[in-house]
Amino acid sequence: MRLADHRFFTGTDPELLRRWSPLSVERSYAAGDLLVQEGGPADRFILIFEGKVALEIVAPDRPRVTIQTLGGGEVLGWSWLLPPHLWRLDARAVKRTRTLELPASELRDALESRPDEGYRFLLRLLPVVAQRLEYTRLQLMDLHGH
Amino acid sequence: MATDGTPGPLAGDLSDQSPWYPVPYRVDRRTAETADTVTLTLSPAKGTPLHPFRPGQFNMLYVFGVGEAAISVSGDPALPEALVHTVRTAGKISGALTGAAPGSTVGVRGPYGSGWPLEEAVGRDVVLVAGGLGLPPLRPVLYELLRHRERYGRIEVIYGARTPKDLVYYRQIQEWRGRSDLRFQTTVDAAGRDWYGDVGLVTARVPDIRVEPARTVAFLCGPEVMMKFTAQALEARGVTDSAIYVSLERNMKCAVGLCGHCQLGPEFVCRDGPVFRYHDVRRFLSVREL
Repeated sequence: MRLADHRFFTGTDPELLRRWSPLSVERSYAAGDLLVQEGGPADRFILIFEGKVALEIVAPDRPRVTIQTLGGGEVLGWSWLLPPHLWRLDARAVKRTRTLELPASELRDALESRPDEGYRFLLRLLPVVAQRLEYTRLQLMDLHGH
Repeated sequence: MATDGTPGPLAGDLSDQSPWYPVPYRVDRRTAETADTVTLTLSPAKGTPLHPFRPGQFNMLYVFGVGEAAISVSGDPALPEALVHTVRTAGKISGALTGAAPGSTVGVRGPYGSGWPLEEAVGRDVVLVAGGLGLPPLRPVLYELLRHRERYGRIEVIYGARTPKDLVYYRQIQEWRGRSDLRFQTTVDAAGRDWYGDVGLVTARVPDIRVEPARTVAFLCGPEVMMKFTAQALEARGVTDSAIYVSLERNMKCAVGLCGHCQLGPEFVCRDGPVFRYHDVRRFLSVREL
């Protein structure tokens, strides 16, 4: 697995990926493993290469609800970028899942020290946020309800 | 009643003579799909069956003493002797249909409307996207595609429902998912931990389809807002709006383009549709309250 092979980084300056690659860590999760837990430190940027990850909301007196699943080519989220850097959801592997993960503090430092790269990175991340917002809006419409 | 207001002869074998007479069909089988959705298998109570249907067409099903509703044919076009309709309880008539017991009689007239243009799919990749009860009108397409599998390129099916309990044809879906010549993805809006499939909208699965956009034709069926956003997602993948087809649903009463209940701009959905090229109707899907 290489950063350059992930859809999120398609078209990214190879020099930047060359600098970031040594930071990345390969991880593998078995079905049922928690990748991140709500309230825990959002200490890494997670790129999913294969498998399936369920984003779960835990509410008191309610069964755990999966609100979205993510697969290969998708990224886990952006809590690592925004203070207070805590995960807002649980993320659990539904089946064996392989990821590349970048440490959040180093990545934030890199983006802040080179604002032009930081801006371009945000232009990559913002469509992910926008798309998930659109999906959420459509889910709120209860398309299949009646 | 005849069209001039005088009473017509008894129904039974008159479908060729008048589009108004329902032909009696017997309910042979009633299969519960979900808590509120059933599949009815019908056969002619007497006389000859109705004309064969093309995938995408619908019949008017008449519950005597209650009323009539337009329901897509969801069976196999190669088995026209068994007329199959999947119906969800949404009102008085559909509720009477879902409650129809085996052995009871319903009236049928049809088939009506345009079908899915399967001829345009020959030699191309095919994407079917169904939302909710949009799968039944597309199932005849899938039967045809698989019957003549060699004629088509890759086949991708995306089926979305509200929850896992709202998925229809559950066992058949497992069979389709097991095939190597077809990719069938199911997704639901929300689920508990006993669901191992995808969660999210069908639109979220579109970026993942494995087709050549320039040689792809897509058939969409489901809530109009779902089709609108799915079409946008397909266009973002490079599929042109002239290669995307949608099945629209309006309040169809006469089914033959006379009463105007189902009018959509210059089109009558019952007569000119329900299947339309997205390029031709997309402007109507953005008109408020149309």
